[in-house]
Amino acid sequence: METRKNGAEVFLECLLKEGVDTIFGFPGGAVLPVYDALYDSKLNHILVRHEQGAVHMADGYARATGRPGVVVVTSGPGATNTVTGIATAYMDSVPLVVFTGQVPTALIGNDAFQEADIVGITRPCTKHNYLVKDIKDLQRIIKEAFYIATTGRPGPVLVDIPKDVFTAPCELKYPDKVHIESYQPNYKGHPGQIKKAMDFILSAKRPVVYAGGGVILSNAAEELKNFTTKLNLPATTTLMGLGSFPGTHPLFMGMLGMHGTYCANMAVMNTDCLIAIGARFDDRVTGKIDEFAPYAGIVHVDIDPTSISKNVRVDIPIVGDVRDVLKDMIRLIPAQKELKAYKDGLKDWHNQLKGWNDTHQLSYKFEPKGKIKPQYVVEKLYEATGGDAIVTTEVGQNQMWAAQFFKYDRPRTFITSGGLGTMGFGFPAAIGAQIACPEATVIGIAGDGSFQMNIQELATAVQYKLPVKIAILNNMVLGMVRQWQEFFYNKRYSHTCVSVAPDFVKLAEAYGAVGLRAKTPAEVEGVIKEAMAVKDRPVIMDFRVDPAECVYPMVPAGQPLNKMLLV
Amino acid sequence: MRHTISVLVINEFGVLSRISGLFSGRGFNIESLSVAETLDPKISRMTIVTSGDDKVLEQINKQLNKLVNVIKVYDFTDEEHIERELALIKVTCNADSRAEILSIVDIFRAKVVDVSPRSYTVEITGDEEKIRAITELLRPFGIKEIVRTGRIAMARSPKQK
Repeated sequence: METRKNGAEVFLECLLKEGVDTIFGFPGGAVLPVYDALYDSKLNHILVRHEQGAVHMADGYARATGRPGVVVVTSGPGATNTVTGIATAYMDSVPLVVFTGQVPTALIGNDAFQEADIVGITRPCTKHNYLVKDIKDLQRIIKEAFYIATTGRPGPVLVDIPKDVFTAPCELKYPDKVHIESYQPNYKGHPGQIKKAMDFILSAKRPVVYAGGGVILSNAAEELKNFTTKLNLPATTTLMGLGSFPGTHPLFMGMLGMHGTYCANMAVMNTDCLIAIGARFDDRVTGKIDEFAPYAGIVHVDIDPTSISKNVRVDIPIVGDVRDVLKDMIRLIPAQKELKAYKDGLKDWHNQLKGWNDTHQLSYKFEPKGKIKPQYVVEKLYEATGGDAIVTTEVGQNQMWAAQFFKYDRPRTFITSGGLGTMGFGFPAAIGAQIACPEATVIGIAGDGSFQMNIQELATAVQYKLPVKIAILNNMVLGMVRQWQEFFYNKRYSHTCVSVAPDFVKLAEAYGAVGLRAKTPAEVEGVIKEAMAVKDRPVIMDFRVDPAECVYPMVPAGQPLNKMLLV
Repeated sequence: MRHTISVLVINEFGVLSRISGLFSGRGFNIESLSVAETLDPKISRMTIVTSGDDKVLEQINKQLNKLVNVIKVYDFTDEEHIERELALIKVTCNADSRAEILSIVDIFRAKVVDVSPRSYTVEITGDEEKIRAITELLRPFGIKEIVRTGRIAMARSPKQK
């Protein structure tokens, strides 16, 4: 006779039915039943060294594949340690389902051992969350959690499951369908608005495409390329949008915003038609909001109505899935003759853009006998991989140089914490991406400050023999904060020197990883070559870079985009 | 400008904190709030009085709609509608003032719902203006305590032509 299953066993079965292959987790008292069931399960479980790492790994996994990342942690501190990871995913609209153990239902509210009100804590940083109070709701809630996380504007969903729910007897009955009366995302753009937008775009003389992370989330890179190239529109992307449009395409002007290119920012400040696609007018993109795109009529395509007219007034809003809407817009592109006339009309604009592009390009001063320039390292990484890599970043200068000096031709190849700006994200995200894409070259471009924020995951990477390549742009300072202190705080470098740090080469070796170091420009390529050859364990490359180097261009906070500091 | 918003939500634990958390987290203002089950016990109605310019109200409306538990959001502001609040007012009285208080109560079509040797408790329903008016008239007698509900609202039915 078959023994009856318990909640924990059914929980794992549900994950398999949902198509989950890998979960990231860390055991503890409240999830012991799950870990017991996991002992016999086909699910691939990645044992992390800190719960924050688990969430960032799941996040990297999700961003690299488009599939939801799944996390299992215990109650109390296990749950609270996930908060930064969840908030990171929420800001960047990444589909995650985070399962937290909870103390038994009878103890909830009693200040029990390892009890935390994680549903209360994560309410503002999840798309939705649940406390499963009764075993009979478990399977429906799991189904709903995956549905909510992956549909509409994606986001993290947390499901809090008390220990007695995991141990309760249960029969597998995973629902096929979801119906949530109050949650019905809209995918199809309004045809009238789409027509209006196209008429406006086709009447424009100085149009610009401004694409964001939404293009990647909706798998619309192909459509975006079609739309943009057919109309011969100049394109810029946000940090989150890098890879949504080919970085090597002649129509690509580079990133816009605080550290955007001169050309992209000037284009936005002079356009008469800004076509925002899956972007949300973040303050790092707009600069001074009152002076943003002053001559532009704005078309905004976004699946989330709250993004529209939140920061800037939008003239033609289209609520819908970026891919669906772009397909509809492409259908309205006119036939040859009219199209040619339109493209001819854009010639002056393209000449103007070329002028701006010639005026100032991303650059740095290479000194063969001097210190290593961090931008040089990024360029050499690009050359070594031919761009065929997944790049994750930490936050700060390393992130901006990775955005500026590596070219991303494909979506899901640039993974960064854009919204929340979480230091410590990049390394675990690289691990998640490597697990999702075992054949890919995964490079974590890091700062020495950020890397130390989740350094413990080296053990995870070694345990699972993951050949992630971590390139530390080691300037021994918290570079971006230091840069602000240099520019705006009279060079009072308050607490931004972190020169007391481990020897990263020895540290790598202590963990069983490979450690390499370059101190001069001449050593850079050799180190990268050596790192690329390692296939069975992580590599840390310690590039001792020039600490005085700053990220340019820079639009000081609160200034309009055309007020760039160029050198 | 002040707006009265009706929000239909799935009647689940935690839904009130989702709504109130949304308001506090995004810096929106709640002036009053009342919540009760609808005819369908699975659904509750919240009536929220809030204020802000058009842009803020647009965000409130959209952000509320974005919550997974919210079924429908309705702003009564540009619509013919009925608004009511209820207040209980405990007012000091003595032999000299009883008659005058009762006449005020009568004028406002309020009710005395509790009597003690030294006080009346008056129940009044009406819109905000009416409740303010009676409060002002009763104040000189000495209001010991006042309890008010949040506002509730309902759209008027379309008039026959």
